[in-house]
Amino acid sequence: MQDFLHLFHYSFVQNAYLAGTIVAIVAAVVGYFVVLRAQAFAGEALADIGLAGAAGATVLGIGSLPGMLCLTILAALGMGALGERLRGRDIEIGMILSFALGLGVLFLTIYSQSGSHATTGVNILFGSILSVTSTEILITLCSGSISLLLIALLFRPLLFASVDPELARARGVPVLLLSMLFLILLAIVTAETVLVVGALLALALLVAPAATAQRLARRPLTALILSVALGLLITWGGLTLAFVGPGRHLPVGFFIAALAALFYFASLPLKRLRTPRRHTAPTHPCNEYRSMAGRGH
Amino acid sequence: MFDIFQYPIIQNALLAGVMVAVIAAIMGYFLIVRGLTFAGHALPNIGFAGAAGAVLLGLDPVIGLFAFTIGAGIGIGLLGREVNERDTSIGVIMTFALGLGLLFLSLYAGYAERVYSILFGQIIGISQQDVLITAIASLGTLLAILLLFRPLLFSSFDPEMAQARGLPVRLLSLAFLILLAITISLAVQVVGALLIFTLLIGPAATASRITSSPFRALSLAILLGISYTFLGIYLAAENGVWPVSFYIATLSFGIYLPVRLLSPLWLGRRRQRARTNADARADERAGRNKLAALEPERFAGSSR
Repeated sequence: MQDFLHLFHYSFVQNAYLAGTIVAIVAAVVGYFVVLRAQAFAGEALADIGLAGAAGATVLGIGSLPGMLCLTILAALGMGALGERLRGRDIEIGMILSFALGLGVLFLTIYSQSGSHATTGVNILFGSILSVTSTEILITLCSGSISLLLIALLFRPLLFASVDPELARARGVPVLLLSMLFLILLAIVTAETVLVVGALLALALLVAPAATAQRLARRPLTALILSVALGLLITWGGLTLAFVGPGRHLPVGFFIAALAALFYFASLPLKRLRTPRRHTAPTHPCNEYRSMAGRGH
Repeated sequence: MFDIFQYPIIQNALLAGVMVAVIAAIMGYFLIVRGLTFAGHALPNIGFAGAAGAVLLGLDPVIGLFAFTIGAGIGIGLLGREVNERDTSIGVIMTFALGLGLLFLSLYAGYAERVYSILFGQIIGISQQDVLITAIASLGTLLAILLLFRPLLFSSFDPEMAQARGLPVRLLSLAFLILLAITISLAVQVVGALLIFTLLIGPAATASRITSSPFRALSLAILLGISYTFLGIYLAAENGVWPVSFYIATLSFGIYLPVRLLSPLWLGRRRQRARTNADARADERAGRNKLAALEPERFAGSSR
């Protein structure tokens, strides 16, 4: 314990926990809507597009976070413009993703040939939370607060449009605009998440806590709070295990991904235990319809 | 201009690349029809972890690739049908596998280069023996697809109807995912784990935007896949610095984008026509077997 507290004297440890905390909260909140809107693949694609942005920025010699933000927002706009609803959407996302990955590979190749910086590429792929700078934390904090504020402002219409887009459209909610705004928001948050856990592991913080929370709690606000709590638990747990864990220094990303998977798969049987209760009490038709939609049909 | 093709390195690369492009295009078409795009992205990433684990244990990376992708393919096949839940589960499994891959590689000294070669592929420099292995495995996969072709196509387009007609839909889906896993393991050495996705989705997505008939779309996808790979390898060899996968991805996106933007011009009308044709055919089938169409549950139950 004494050793653990002693760790916090180092500024890089402080930075890691600070950045991890910010990202865990924002990712868990946005992730709630990602799961609700069935956009896990979009999140994954944006994270990999962030890889291309980060690599490109490194080649150009600017910071990786601005590069990621540029490319992910651009890609989000492209996905929103090209994508139809449902079936076609995955293909458009996939095509943009594969092009971005091609670019990322190109940038990484150029970069690793301009010197022996192969580890920088690995940092982008798997995160570099231990070398986060205070400027990056500041950018993360600002964009994270703005994202949370936006979500708070849009909360009700976004929730409505996510749970039942048809009904929301009929009631005059600007569903398309909301979906575009959400994609941009997702782009920003994904870029931040990539900073912490890397492009390949971003889904661990973006989707796993929210998906677990939605299995455990039905009411939106409860699920949202639970999602944030789980996100923090996973991030702090991952960081702590990496710092004081067994033997040699194992990567933070591994612990975060493993904890996220553990929580998610532990929650699977819990949902099965709970489901029968839904059918016992006859509900008002309106509520029943809404709860059905909430399950993502 | 064509001097390059005299080098055995390039010849090997072209041979292996074209074979992989053909099966990837076919599997990609089914992937799109079945709505499993995300699985096509996740499986290679999961394979990456397997390859890393095999490297750590001192085995051939291909063994790890096969073990992890086939395992994950079976896992995904057993997951629920509901798209949202399936995608989330695939995402969590994938990140966990990637985390494991990271762990394996960090335990293995000098890991950065290994990461690159598995993630980004090394087709230029592939050995004669690898070409032979690729050829045998591709032929086997192709044969399996041909054997399963009709039921697979039927169950991909209309799973309820296929089930009603007594096809083992679940088993087919499992077999498809295992075949997909094999294809992906083969393709890793060609384009790398990150860009297999391009060869799977790119040609098939463009082809299915151009024509809605499955056979024409499949042939077109194969043609496109071969040309992307061929051109990609040629351009990369000419350039000498930029990677093959970049060229393939750019070609595939560069062709897809105009097709996608212009496709409403011809697809709107044609798709409608195709749909009515399909409906008519379905009606005909239903007429032949009315009971099956009207009461799928009862029919499926009695046929088992």
